Amino acid sequence: MTTARLVVDQLGVAAGGFRLSAIDLAVDAGEYFVVLGPTGAGKTILLETIAGLRRVRSGAVHIDNEDVTRYPPERREIGFVYQDYALFPHLTVAENIAFGLRVQRRGEISRGVARITALLGIGPLRSRMPRDLSGGEQQRVALARALVVAPRVLLLDEPLSALDPQTREGLQRELAQLHRELGTTTVHVTHDFEEAAALADRIGVMNAGRIVQVGTVDAIFRRPASPFVARFVGTRNVFPGTATRTADGESRFTIDGVTLATATTIVGPAHAALRPEDILISAAPLPSSARNCLHGRITAITDRGMIVYVTVDVPPEFVAAVTRRSVVELDLVMGKGVYISFKASAVHIF
Amino acid sequence: MTSRINWLKVAFTLLGGTLLAFILWPLLNTIFTSHPHELWRTIIDPQVQGAILLSFYASAIATGIAIVTGVPLAYLLARHEFAGKGVIEGLIDLPIVVPHTAAGIALLMVFGREGILGKAFEPIGMRFVSSVPGIVIAMLFVSMPFLVDAARDGFAAVDPRLERVARTLGAGPWGAFRRVALPLAWRNILSGTVLMWARGLSEFGAVIILTYHPMVAPVLLYERFESYGLNYARPVAVWIILSALAVFIVLRLLARTRKQ
Repeated sequence: MTTARLVVDQLGVAAGGFRLSAIDLAVDAGEYFVVLGPTGAGKTILLETIAGLRRVRSGAVHIDNEDVTRYPPERREIGFVYQDYALFPHLTVAENIAFGLRVQRRGEISRGVARITALLGIGPLRSRMPRDLSGGEQQRVALARALVVAPRVLLLDEPLSALDPQTREGLQRELAQLHRELGTTTVHVTHDFEEAAALADRIGVMNAGRIVQVGTVDAIFRRPASPFVARFVGTRNVFPGTATRTADGESRFTIDGVTLATATTIVGPAHAALRPEDILISAAPLPSSARNCLHGRITAITDRGMIVYVTVDVPPEFVAAVTRRSVVELDLVMGKGVYISFKASAVHIF
Repeated sequence: MTSRINWLKVAFTLLGGTLLAFILWPLLNTIFTSHPHELWRTIIDPQVQGAILLSFYASAIATGIAIVTGVPLAYLLARHEFAGKGVIEGLIDLPIVVPHTAAGIALLMVFGREGILGKAFEPIGMRFVSSVPGIVIAMLFVSMPFLVDAARDGFAAVDPRLERVARTLGAGPWGAFRRVALPLAWRNILSGTVLMWARGLSEFGAVIILTYHPMVAPVLLYERFESYGLNYARPVAVWIILSALAVFIVLRLLARTRKQ
């Protein structure tokens, strides 16, 4: 099994009008690491720099303790898959996949191609041209082309973004399975938190050319380190305010005159984040001392199919995620007065 | 459904048709008013054969030189941003707008007997005045833009990420160029090559300044017209037009296969 530890150390890159600054990453051998960030955060540039396709201004890239910063791409033993697959349009599927084996003058080309096409279930496509393939098929071919040379690190640039939802779900499962079978150290960039959550061992959140938080899916989800991360991972309720401590040692957080019970050691100006699915809506106050309970008025109802987002203005405005059934049962309509409740421990202060 | 006359289409067809007729009539007239016997006598004339063959191969040599030097230039222009790139791109197209006699004079200043390069090549016995090399450099100068522009457009149409992927798969810069960029831009380079060669064939102005003798086909035509008049020049013109037409048909066929 070829798999390697990837370390990016204080990496700085200037690409056109864009720059990455002081990027630090340590991806363990065999780890599936997802770089999550909005469009324009510099994710693709980061991947291209790891691959040796962009000039480094400062810092270093190590693969298995080997400093590859000055290596050209062809010496790094890296697999790269672009968002729109970048298959060679003048070559058949089999020739695309064989490309790496051929230029590296490795033997047993047909056996290598046969093995990887079988693994990805694309054997029947071998004599087709890329333009005759569906998006999902093209992506499998691009993966096969990258994996056939047994790279030390696999870099995936938004590999699922260009696919329709159904194909996407299937390929996402396949990526997870491929990773289980081959154990290749993988860096996958995406702007989709759900995709990241489904695949990642750990996530690095990226914004404006910097890595702003690294952690497990749960840590990023529950304990975002900044308002940006909180919003980006779908926490709708992010409030600036002040964390204080009561005389008997309990922690409190004040937003615009509303005080919440929390469970934190932080004191001073901070942010509070609260996930919409952690908020309960009820017609009457819920009798429980462990909960925050506030009264407000419904100002917006957004239907997202399975779940419905209900905005309750206390003020400030809280967004709660409820099931469609609760909307009917509680008769939630615009302008109605309701109570929202949530545990002190659900409020993340940072 | 009412079908109304589209007057715009009618007017534009008439206007465009006038221009087409203006081009086609003289060409077809030249071909069809020539007597077949006269045409035959002209094509077996060794002087005519020699001039047409000289045009063909001098232009082929010029095109060969442009392939070796112009395709790399085209690749650099398509792939890299650098200071002065706009100036270089303008420079490449300059020979298209400079009067070709002026281009001939400019070449003569450098490659003539008193010119720096003219003197430099003298010891190895290469002269650029009244010689085949003179014809070649004149053709190269005026027809090079066609190849460089076509090749540059061809390379620019190749997604640079394809070459990047090739690099990550283990290909060096030369390998990525040879296995990815070149095969994908090949059609453009080929049609640029044919276009440049055809443009070289028809060159008169720059060639005649440097080299009257040996005569290329357009110079021969000019000489026969000046010395003997229209009837004597016409069959030569027919052969030149027909060979240009043949080249053009090949070019169109190439362009069509590219689209498929």
